Amino acid sequence: MTSSSSTASPNGGARAGGARVELDGVGVRYPNAPFPAVDGVDLTIESGTFAVLLGPSGCGKSTLLRTINRLVEPTTGTIRIDGGEIRQRDATDLRRGIGYVIQAVGLFPHYTVAQNVSVVPRLLGWERERVERRVDELLRMIRLDPARYRDRKPRELSGGEAQRVGVARALAAEPRVLLMDEPFAAVDAIVRASLQDEIARVHRELGTTIVFVTHDVDEALRLADRIVVMNAGHVVQTGSPTEVLERPADAFVRDLVGVDAETRRLALERPLIER
Amino acid sequence: MTYLVTHLGRIGTLLGEHVVLVAVSLAIALVIALPLGVVAARNARAANVILGFAGVLYTIPSLALLALLVAVMGLGTSTAIVALVVYAQMILIRGIVAGLRGVDPALVDAARGLGFTARQTLLRVEFPAALPVMLGGVRVAAVTLVALATIAAWINAGGLGVLLFEGIATVNAGKIVAGALAAAALAIAADAALRACERLARA
Repeated sequence: MTSSSSTASPNGGARAGGARVELDGVGVRYPNAPFPAVDGVDLTIESGTFAVLLGPSGCGKSTLLRTINRLVEPTTGTIRIDGGEIRQRDATDLRRGIGYVIQAVGLFPHYTVAQNVSVVPRLLGWERERVERRVDELLRMIRLDPARYRDRKPRELSGGEAQRVGVARALAAEPRVLLMDEPFAAVDAIVRASLQDEIARVHRELGTTIVFVTHDVDEALRLADRIVVMNAGHVVQTGSPTEVLERPADAFVRDLVGVDAETRRLALERPLIER
Repeated sequence: MTYLVTHLGRIGTLLGEHVVLVAVSLAIALVIALPLGVVAARNARAANVILGFAGVLYTIPSLALLALLVAVMGLGTSTAIVALVVYAQMILIRGIVAGLRGVDPALVDAARGLGFTARQTLLRVEFPAALPVMLGGVRVAAVTLVALATIAAWINAGGLGVLLFEGIATVNAGKIVAGALAAAALAIAADAALRACERLARA
């Protein structure tokens, strides 16, 4: 049942593509918490899918995301990437093969842009020339001129530029899965829209499986192949943006997509602005 | 002031001893404080024990501590160094804990998420980010030790304190002024040098 939802790399290079991520009865219970943060989540994200975990704050979406790179260990259930149980793998090894982008960006302030971007390749012991080539390639991909940006420090970047670098850093070692935790929530609306365009384009080009957490309905509708709506630790609906808008599974989802459902549905028919 | 001018050579020798005393003590103190500080920064219960113990040591009057140590270790430089190491602990550990606790949690989350091991996260991300604050602790410790090291002369450990004790014993104001000025100048120099390091670490 491999329904590859995204096209393969159009520029025909030896691209990594995307991995299939399967969650099977995944639950997370923090010590002393009255309710589990995540409860019995079954979810299959097909190879190359842009999946968005959508829900209010505290619904468990970030916790669920962090189980995929083992920053959080599930108390129940199993997670498989490309069929392999991630619990069997060394956590550090696993993470070097999975991209990770967070809202606060977390660029290392004492490293230059190039050093930040090349962190994972260097951890993996890539040769220097290959690392340098990759840095320039990545900076061009996120549309920052390598000559101008390579040697800058993070504090010399705008919020939008910093998060582009954050994305480049996450993609540096060609991961087959990219995890993004509210990556664009801290920037203003205009920058957010352009970052959304960028990540949509990068996804089309690389075919990486993306799991993206947001509480922003419009962002979810704009980016997702599949939306996974969560509430109180449970998945309440999984479907395409159109399905979620037109056939909300319950009152919660209907309230979430809200009174603007019709406007939003119309907006879906307009393609992302290409630049 | 005449003593200062006529005995520059001797003052230089004593200043050298003083610098060695402080530098060796500070280096040893750092080797002990770093692991203690790391443990204290990660574990609240350990922090209570470690900072509590260092705090108690810090409150012992310096002369009393020296007297106690002399009873165990005898007179001499190594006894003085032990006392200075003990005093520096409180200041250094506090600085290390404050530095590490002040590191932006997003940096640690990003580092772990990208596949740094715990050790790589500490050495390559947390220490560099905490360095300016930790250096602040080192600076305060260095200035404190420069002042404190003057009493080392009392147990035959040399240093600029020799001038102070001799001056008191022989009622020679010139010696006292010379020793005090040299110690003050050393403290100011150490302060300035470490401030410059802090600025570099921030850049």
